[in-house]
Amino acid sequence: MKRKKLVNYSKFGYLFAIPFILAFTVFTLYPVCYTLLIGFTNHEGAIPPKLKFLKDPLENFKYLFKKRRSGQMSYFLLALITTARIWVINFIPQLSLALLLSAWFTDNRVKVKGQGFYKVVFYLPNIITAATIAILFRALFSYPIGPVNDILKTLHLVKEPFFFLNKKTPTRAIVEFVQCWQWYGSTMITLIAAVIGINPEIFEAAEIDGASRTQKFWKITIPSVRPIMLFTLVTSLIGGLSMFDIPMLLAQGGPDNATQTVAIFIYNESFRQPYKYNRSAAASIVLCIIIIGCSAALFYIMRDKDAAKLAKLKKQEMKRLKGRGV
Amino acid sequence: MATNEVAMKSKTKDSVIFKTVIYIVCTILAILSIAPFWVMLMNATRSTENIMAHAVSLIPGKNLGKNIKKLSTLKTFNAAVGMKNSAIISVSVTCLSVYFSCLTAYAIHAYDWKLKKAFFGLVIGIMTLPGTVTMIGFYRICYQLHLVNNRLMLILPAIAAPMTVFFMKQYLEGALSMEIVESARIDGAGEFRTFNTIVLPIMKPAMATQAIFSFVGSWNNYFLPMILLNKPSSYTMPIMVSLLNGDIYKTEFGCVYLGLSMTALPLIIIYLLLSKYIVSGVALGSVKG
Repeated sequence: MKRKKLVNYSKFGYLFAIPFILAFTVFTLYPVCYTLLIGFTNHEGAIPPKLKFLKDPLENFKYLFKKRRSGQMSYFLLALITTARIWVINFIPQLSLALLLSAWFTDNRVKVKGQGFYKVVFYLPNIITAATIAILFRALFSYPIGPVNDILKTLHLVKEPFFFLNKKTPTRAIVEFVQCWQWYGSTMITLIAAVIGINPEIFEAAEIDGASRTQKFWKITIPSVRPIMLFTLVTSLIGGLSMFDIPMLLAQGGPDNATQTVAIFIYNESFRQPYKYNRSAAASIVLCIIIIGCSAALFYIMRDKDAAKLAKLKKQEMKRLKGRGV
Repeated sequence: MATNEVAMKSKTKDSVIFKTVIYIVCTILAILSIAPFWVMLMNATRSTENIMAHAVSLIPGKNLGKNIKKLSTLKTFNAAVGMKNSAIISVSVTCLSVYFSCLTAYAIHAYDWKLKKAFFGLVIGIMTLPGTVTMIGFYRICYQLHLVNNRLMLILPAIAAPMTVFFMKQYLEGALSMEIVESARIDGAGEFRTFNTIVLPIMKPAMATQAIFSFVGSWNNYFLPMILLNKPSSYTMPIMVSLLNGDIYKTEFGCVYLGLSMTALPLIIIYLLLSKYIVSGVALGSVKG
């Protein structure tokens, strides 16, 4: 009787998962497969011809990496490097700042007052629409009249207004700053939760042994929050590699492609003349492979702790099953 | 004794300096977080001439009414339409993703089925896929099936929200004991009813947290709606904002800031009201993930 019931219940597992599976298949799996397919075909132009595989199936991929006629690096490679550069330059200060703040806010000797307020304020930029932020910064840095130029002039730091969004490095720096500014609060909150999760006895023992603040930070805090740091790293990397809103709306990927990320490249290829859907799809596939590769590499670094966790979970599961008498 | 005292003194002195550094850095960062929005809100109430004379002002001007009038005559940016469309999409997305994520998480947590492990692996796997990767295929399929401009194509995908499923499953593991479910079974309740009347109420806190994040995520989404919607009457708020980049706003500084404020202010107000839940939600999601 009991056994029969168990078999019956398993049916509901499938039944309740059906909506998810259906939606996933229609809206994610099928589009992914279709993207993969058109990457190897002649699917291009405003009215694409009948879908046909190219004679050289890798033609679109080769194009992505082929040098320009002028001998310069291909636009896709340039976009990849730009994306990586923007991400790295935004992530290093973002993580450092978040680590520093989380160490400060969890220091049981200093007890920073108004933590709640600071957390709420630091996270604020993250909640506002990225499109709004991009256009706001475009207005703030506008030329010749704009708030930033106004401040610089009042402080006598510049004589003539400075055209930020007309020059490559300043524009890229603004994108990097905005990314960092939008995300350090979120990373900080994450890390604070991780630091609070550390057994306080470890810190107490270290204090009794006379460890300094810096020693505690490097020897206890950093190693303990390493898994969470890697988690942040992976999510930030995925988000960073598909960065679109800010560089697109701040500077349309310019000036002179200085902020053209891979996502903007993909968008431009398929939504601007001459509508190269196939090349755009090929670029998506390359981006996807890079993302999978990066996350796999990072999870590989994390594997030890995860394996231990899994083994523990399995043991618990076994115990539970035994307890149930199955 | 004397050296000890000196050491104590220097220690307290150190700690005072340390504390001062902390407060200075935090205050600078706080100003950095607030200033852009403050400038935006103030300039929304000032006339273009005022802004041209001095682009930064700490106090509001008197031109809010005129700016509103002008913004409504320029026509391309229509906050009311954008809000309506965004609200329809975001509310639907939130309801669908929260409900079906609970259902899927329950299917994984409460039942033993053959493909469960493979399925959960898949859920974790697709969490890492960004929307950019599937965009081309998705757009071409919608185009060929004449589903461009159809809101449902932005709403229905929310049924499969892997991040939310993952979070819900983690929550269920801690919050739901199967004994409650079993006793409901003995009372003769059907499985679906048990889920709706017993499991869902237990999941309320997790649902609230995830609802906030789905809503904000959907409201802020620019990429997919921009690709899929090309009729001005179906534009969402982020697309409306992007129109402020257009030429007719080049000389209307006050209007641009007003438009930006109209899109940011509702979010700022919601955030300030729910900040406690949002901040703890961010912490929760990451530690559990």
